[in-house]
Amino acid sequence: MSKLLKEEIISVEKATEGIYRMTVASDYISANAEPGQFVNIKCCEGVQTLLRRPVSICSTDRAKGRYDLYFQVKGAGTKILAGKKSGDFIDILGPLGRSFDLDIGYRRIAVVGGGIGIFPLLFLLNESKAVVKRSYLGFRSSGYIVLQEEFRQKSNSLEIATDDGSYGMKGFVTDMLERDILSEEFDMIYACGPTPMLKKVTEIAKKHNVRCQISLEQRMGCGFGACLTCACETRTEEGGSQFVRVCADGPVFNSEDVIFQ
Amino acid sequence: MSNIDLSVDICGIKMKNPVIAASGTFGFGREHAGYVDLNRIGGISVKGLTLEPRAGNKPPRVAETPAGMLNSVGLQNPGVRSFIREEIPFLRQYSTAIIANIAGNTTEEYCEMAEILSDADIDAVELNVSCPNVKAGCVAFGNTPQGIAEITSLVRKYCNKPLIVKLTPNVTSIADIAKAAEDAGADALSLINTLLGMAIDIETRRPILANNTGGLSGPAVKPVAVRMVYEVCQTVKIPVIGMGGIFSGKDAVEFMLAGASAVMVGTACLVYPDACIKVCEGIEEYMRRHGFERTADITGKLVLNT
Repeated sequence: MSKLLKEEIISVEKATEGIYRMTVASDYISANAEPGQFVNIKCCEGVQTLLRRPVSICSTDRAKGRYDLYFQVKGAGTKILAGKKSGDFIDILGPLGRSFDLDIGYRRIAVVGGGIGIFPLLFLLNESKAVVKRSYLGFRSSGYIVLQEEFRQKSNSLEIATDDGSYGMKGFVTDMLERDILSEEFDMIYACGPTPMLKKVTEIAKKHNVRCQISLEQRMGCGFGACLTCACETRTEEGGSQFVRVCADGPVFNSEDVIFQ
Repeated sequence: MSNIDLSVDICGIKMKNPVIAASGTFGFGREHAGYVDLNRIGGISVKGLTLEPRAGNKPPRVAETPAGMLNSVGLQNPGVRSFIREEIPFLRQYSTAIIANIAGNTTEEYCEMAEILSDADIDAVELNVSCPNVKAGCVAFGNTPQGIAEITSLVRKYCNKPLIVKLTPNVTSIADIAKAAEDAGADALSLINTLLGMAIDIETRRPILANNTGGLSGPAVKPVAVRMVYEVCQTVKIPVIGMGGIFSGKDAVEFMLAGASAVMVGTACLVYPDACIKVCEGIEEYMRRHGFERTADITGKLVLNT
């Protein structure tokens, strides 16, 4: 269950170009958050940036009662967040949303992440009991790579693709998934990243009949299911379609349910 | 010790305080119930209802703007019958007024909904004749005195509940529209609905909203809303419920001084799930500080500069 919390920031540090890591103290969120869930942060008091900013949870430390968030500075709200100091308190709603399904039966898993979509996947790797975990991450170029060591430690293998070939394979992360999907016999693919990437992962999973869960992003109003602005079109059992809420019915969906715009 | 009485009676709608959650920002109360005690909220105007279920508009449906937001949800809702069956029993667990906000494509649809709701366990009907996000019907009724008079008088015949007519600010003279609604039988008015707006992503040269335009709400609209509430209160005798960017008790008091008998809190409910309660506490604090004992004592107590 999500709560409205005032939480103390332990640290804010630059992780790589334009990306910041914020560590927040919270017994409640570190104890209750599940991989794929997010928190919704009021970046400042007052109306300068009115709406909350959703940020997915990257890792939790239950023993110490803290968790890590990574965010990209994109506009006024995230710029304020990047300027927060240790000891500051922030207004947080969380944990929110539907998490990844980490069924014990999924013994061989692939995680496919693109850009700032990689963060919830590290949390997933931490919590997953799978026997074989393969990580495939894609970035624009070498300067944007982040958390490489952590992903390497938490999975059996890590491969990186960059759009410009400045590190790892030149090309798309989905090319690596397609290359390995037959030989690896995955039970589940987990993906988070830009929509074109998710669309491609969905196609690959469908073609090879592998189960796949994707975490979607959409412009949000409230983040807790009330305003109906973060709509996503999904298939209904009757063969039609409906708009559901990314924040409350997602952000994680079975890929076969999602109708891409 | 407190001798402050926050309760209000708006055309027969009895509420323990003058703070109502605005339609479209509070769903049917289920999500907010996880964060706040709904018993402490004066009333809830539920998500806009249509006769049949509506899927709503394509996303993106929201864009943040300076001190505000644009939305184009497009009245996504499960339909009035599902509301009666599934949502009223949930809401009735709480001691809070239930206001059914209705929108139709045709006068017949409005009348049918009003008739269906006359047998339902609700406290009032709010006529949404001003949703900017649907193409047919709805908005057209609220734009002219003739249109609002027609829809109000027709729905009045089928509606045995207190009837609130919600006014759009996207008109030349809101006072004329308000007068027409009053003359046609409205029991109360609520205003303002959102201001029609547009935000553009200059990199893609496209509007951010898939619907191109949407309704502007939040603190950015508050001064416009206060002025309109003032003008309407100078013109009509029926109670007025003020809204538009209320985030605090102080904001609410502005509307009440301008003549509002109660207020609705919308956008703030999306940012702060407990916004209605904070607004209510702020009103109480103001009353205490100024020695007002009843909410009605604030209403219309504006002193104009001469």
